[in-house]
Amino acid sequence: MFRNQTLPPVDPLPEAYEPIVKIRNLSVWYGERQILGDINLDIPRNRITAIMGPSGCGKSTLIRCLNRMNDLIPGARIEGQVLFNDQNIYAPEVDVTELRRRIGMVFQKPNPFPKSIYENVAWGLRIRGFKGNLDEVVERALMQAALWDEVKDKLHTSALNLSGGQQQRLCIARALAVDPEVLLLDEPASALDPIATLKIEELLREISENYTIVIVTHNIQQAARISHYTAFIMWDENRIGRLVEWGPTRDIFTNPKNKCTEDYITGRFG
Amino acid sequence: MPRELLDSEIERLQNEVLSLGEMVERSILEAVQSLKTRDFEASRRIISQDGAINEKRFSIENDTLVLIATQQPMASDLRLLASILEIISELERIADYAKGIAKINLLIGEKPLIKPLIDIPRMAQKAADMLHRALEAFVRKDVETARAIPKEDDEMDALYDQVYRELMTYVIANPANIEQANYLLWAAHNLERTADRVTNICERVIFTVTGEMRELDVSEDIRERWARQAGEKP
Repeated sequence: MFRNQTLPPVDPLPEAYEPIVKIRNLSVWYGERQILGDINLDIPRNRITAIMGPSGCGKSTLIRCLNRMNDLIPGARIEGQVLFNDQNIYAPEVDVTELRRRIGMVFQKPNPFPKSIYENVAWGLRIRGFKGNLDEVVERALMQAALWDEVKDKLHTSALNLSGGQQQRLCIARALAVDPEVLLLDEPASALDPIATLKIEELLREISENYTIVIVTHNIQQAARISHYTAFIMWDENRIGRLVEWGPTRDIFTNPKNKCTEDYITGRFG
Repeated sequence: MPRELLDSEIERLQNEVLSLGEMVERSILEAVQSLKTRDFEASRRIISQDGAINEKRFSIENDTLVLIATQQPMASDLRLLASILEIISELERIADYAKGIAKINLLIGEKPLIKPLIDIPRMAQKAADMLHRALEAFVRKDVETARAIPKEDDEMDALYDQVYRELMTYVIANPANIEQANYLLWAAHNLERTADRVTNICERVIFTVTGEMRELDVSEDIRERWARQAGEKP
């Protein structure tokens, strides 16, 4: 439920940034159970923000709120605001399909369609009635996803023949093909081997020059390696996920302000 | 890119170490020059520039720690970053020696020098040169050079002994020279210690490349040498 209220500021950061998404007083329930409580967080534009925290703390729930994927879950309900380019994405007039084009998502397990590599990337454009040069867009998206060289000679073979890492990069290409502004990634490398993981990380770092990336990970090292900003979420005594701390990754991993963050990243719990 | 980020940051940090090294090298040469030419203004400048050197050292240290914390460097990367932490600390101490020499110029004040300075500037030149080559060896991962430089320490010790003996003759000739002779010996001692710290840097070069952590065989401590020369046990 959208409530009109005075928006509290998020904690000031030591450096200037331009938020593309502002999360204000966000609370989420699945049925009777509250998952997240009173989250206030900014997502800086063209940067990678990592959301880390122990399993079940509500990280995935949080990013699913950013393109209204939670609308698909029966009984899900939110309070608070998510502002994308200063527009409340939960306002009644919002076109959710268009919102999900502008804020794309890649899931934990690669989920290519049982179609050709080409059709996987072209899919989003086709359903939107894209009239331009499809070949060009498909090639560009595959190049951005660092997959082009590996698949350019077999574009019309089944995507299901690709390795797990390739499939995940294909899913990223598919998300990039529709020209989003924000890419949400929910544990995108957790099902991949270390080399495929490194490729995904390299790719994300590269595309972050042009896209805003929010990545959910329970892998502390991964958050440290690739992100510019890190947010740490932890449940409270009522098992409600709360934002403990967020800031530039370099500060979070060398000098966190909150003892709970320190305990988590040093492996004392979690 | 994670690996690319690590590589480019390592390269940047190495350049920062070189740049800090240049500042320190200049400080040593200018401090001794200011003592030789009795240029108080220059000495004061060197003393105030030490703050910038300290700041740069802290900045490199901070960036190195961030890189260790966020990029999880392993093996040779980890050794290199650990060596950077050690080397910048040595550089900062060498800069303190330069500052000390600049202070000596101010302490001696308006009194003329008891002797023209010949060997102390030579020591400064030698120390700065050793430092320069040691840092080059670090960036080029040149173990051979790193093993060779500490052997030149004997030359520094010989110059130091020469300065020591010469100053003693001035003291014997006129006990009123004691204070200044003491100051000048202190300056020479700072330069001799600089060469010792260059040896420490060379040890870190070898550690970075080979993983071997060993003290290089440098010449004996000055007090040991005096004791030996006097026929005593140190």
